[in-house]
Amino acid sequence: MGSHHDEYQVQPGKIFTKPFFVLLALVVVGFALIAYRFFAGVGAVTGLSDGYPWGIWIAYDVATGTAFACGGYALALLIYIMNRWKYHPLIRSALLTSVFGYCLAGFSVMVDLGRYWNAYSFFLPTRWQPNSIMFEVALCVMTYSMVLIIEFLPAVLYTLEQSQWRWVRESAHWLYPRLLPDREALHSGLTVVSKVAGHVQVRLDKVLIFFIVLGITLPSMHQSSLGSMMIVAGEKLNPLWQTGFLPLLFLINCVFIGYATVMFESIVSSYSFKRPYEVHEISGIARIVPMVAGLWMAVRFGDLVWRHQIPAIFAFDMNSCFFLLEVLLIGGGAFMLLSKKNRLSPRMLFVSGAILMLGGGLFRFNVYLIGFNPGAGWSYFPSFAEFMITVGIVALEILGYLVLVKIFPVMPNPKKHFEEAEEETELVGDAVPARMFAGK
Amino acid sequence: MKSTTRRDFLKLMGLSGAACLASAAPLRASTGPAADSDTAIAMLYDATRCVGCKACMAACKRVNMEQNNLSYERLATDADQLWDAPRDLSGSTRTVIKLYKESDTRFSYVKHSCMHCTKPGCVSACPVKAMTKDPVTGVVAYDKNRCIGCRYCQVACPYNIPRFQWDKAIPQIVKCDFCKETNLKQKGCPACSETCPAGAIAFGKRKELLAEAHDLIKANPDRYVPKVYGEKEVGGANHLYLAAFPFKKLGLPELKEESPAAFSEHIQHTIYKGFAAPVALYGALCVVAMKNKKAQEKLGHGEDD
Repeated sequence: MGSHHDEYQVQPGKIFTKPFFVLLALVVVGFALIAYRFFAGVGAVTGLSDGYPWGIWIAYDVATGTAFACGGYALALLIYIMNRWKYHPLIRSALLTSVFGYCLAGFSVMVDLGRYWNAYSFFLPTRWQPNSIMFEVALCVMTYSMVLIIEFLPAVLYTLEQSQWRWVRESAHWLYPRLLPDREALHSGLTVVSKVAGHVQVRLDKVLIFFIVLGITLPSMHQSSLGSMMIVAGEKLNPLWQTGFLPLLFLINCVFIGYATVMFESIVSSYSFKRPYEVHEISGIARIVPMVAGLWMAVRFGDLVWRHQIPAIFAFDMNSCFFLLEVLLIGGGAFMLLSKKNRLSPRMLFVSGAILMLGGGLFRFNVYLIGFNPGAGWSYFPSFAEFMITVGIVALEILGYLVLVKIFPVMPNPKKHFEEAEEETELVGDAVPARMFAGK
Repeated sequence: MKSTTRRDFLKLMGLSGAACLASAAPLRASTGPAADSDTAIAMLYDATRCVGCKACMAACKRVNMEQNNLSYERLATDADQLWDAPRDLSGSTRTVIKLYKESDTRFSYVKHSCMHCTKPGCVSACPVKAMTKDPVTGVVAYDKNRCIGCRYCQVACPYNIPRFQWDKAIPQIVKCDFCKETNLKQKGCPACSETCPAGAIAFGKRKELLAEAHDLIKANPDRYVPKVYGEKEVGGANHLYLAAFPFKKLGLPELKEESPAAFSEHIQHTIYKGFAAPVALYGALCVVAMKNKKAQEKLGHGEDD
């Protein structure tokens, strides 16, 4: 196989750890409540009303969650379009986060949909309504979820090809001959699977670039459309957020959130898996973030000035406070990354990444929920069950990530990329962390 | 082998791109009849004539109960559980009479139901054509057999008219459709206007009703505020109001004349240009990515092949 597979490695370690069971418990609670929703109706588990028809399932799981899942998109943009191949080792873990983010956003929508059994309407061209922003978002997100899975497929195929199938063979041995009379047939079947996987892998590698580019085009489309989605709400959305520039703001926003998530995820997984920090790559990405966030700020404030909304910023009512919080978080996070020293410190990279995710996410949350006011007499606060369903879905994302990195070659191979890194720059400060946590 | 695969793939992409373009060619903005069309039908509610008997509410629920899976809304305080007592529009109530009380002697009833906008937000928002505007009559109707229950229509409606059946496992959207499938079909007018004993609900051609409303204002300047609500709100509506109080006090929102739905569609069509823009973007990105990949392979950091 190709040379690039030694860029990645399977994370060693047990799958059934303590965090695994904690997350699993949250997933079980969330899914029990989801089951209840299908018998008792959406109203039984949510704080939603006719004035606030969309709550945290849409505002967080879909609008914000897919932005957190834009790491794969933002990195692909950098690697394949901007030609920065040194970030290539990071792409698989970012892609895996994106796969979970997008697929589970889709799943949340299915929980949220009142008449989910009619969702096949999206596949009947006679029912397509191309003026609907949601139509565009839905088709685009479904396609992109498939593209993400295809982009991740090389890691799966590689594992299928290389696998010794020890677990399957052991259980077959245990079952033989009570339930599984023909051990040899299984053996040859597994060999065929490995062979096919290897075969498909070669073919897929040849056309993969077309899927990768599709994976750059589709998020450009639906991330901007996620912004357009609230334009139709008109005066129900506060003027601090209601603007024809929403699509552009959402597009730029998802790019810097994507980079922030890559930074955040890299540091957190290095910390929790006790791997060396990928400071060399991460600091390079961190250098881009202030530029993207600065562009976003320019559009944001330019638009507010043009629409004469500057006085509304300083009204210090709820909307203005959330606006200020959003802008301060994004501005603060980006400002921290202007300093080279901060960019080389895993701690500061983690903090600024988290702040940028929070601020960028808050912008989306504001557009979908906090700035949305359907009129007097309506109020919304998520119910406990509604909240636990979102927690369950987020827990499933993390759980899936934890398990899959221990099965498939996803994490960057530190041996390889650190060798390359040392050639280029010396690391500064607390950049060699493996020692830091060695005692733990 | 390698080049054939790639060429075939490019061909396929080109073809599918062309197919997308072809299918997007007849894409037009979603519109019904113009506000001043001769065929558009409308309802004129005169709040100064309404006596608040709620006969319209009872008739509406009786006629549309089965089609919309409506139920009676009992009051917890009503020991006999006899009365249908909806407090507002809901998943069981398509029209409701409310009372605005300025003082003990000055008050006004007001009827809430779908405005049947000329440029409806719900129709523009619905991804699966479950909300449609009749091109001739202008009636905005809902088809539950297509609806996926996403509730984007509720987000898009400036009047908060579409309601959802939150407590049902098999819910649907509920809103007035001028009795399109029931009373209008059988008797030629909606159940509310047929029932109203006070003559407060007129039904007919929008053009004629609008002229009538302006004549009434002119003839009785003391009786009405000088405005026909629904004439221009978010591009006009097929449900018109006359009242003695400012409409905002009656719970009818003050809205601009521009339709957010039209603005939203304008932006989307500007960005997408009939799907040509995404195809062009994909093509351009493919060229750049291929070039970068080739250069990278030469350096020996090849991804594959």
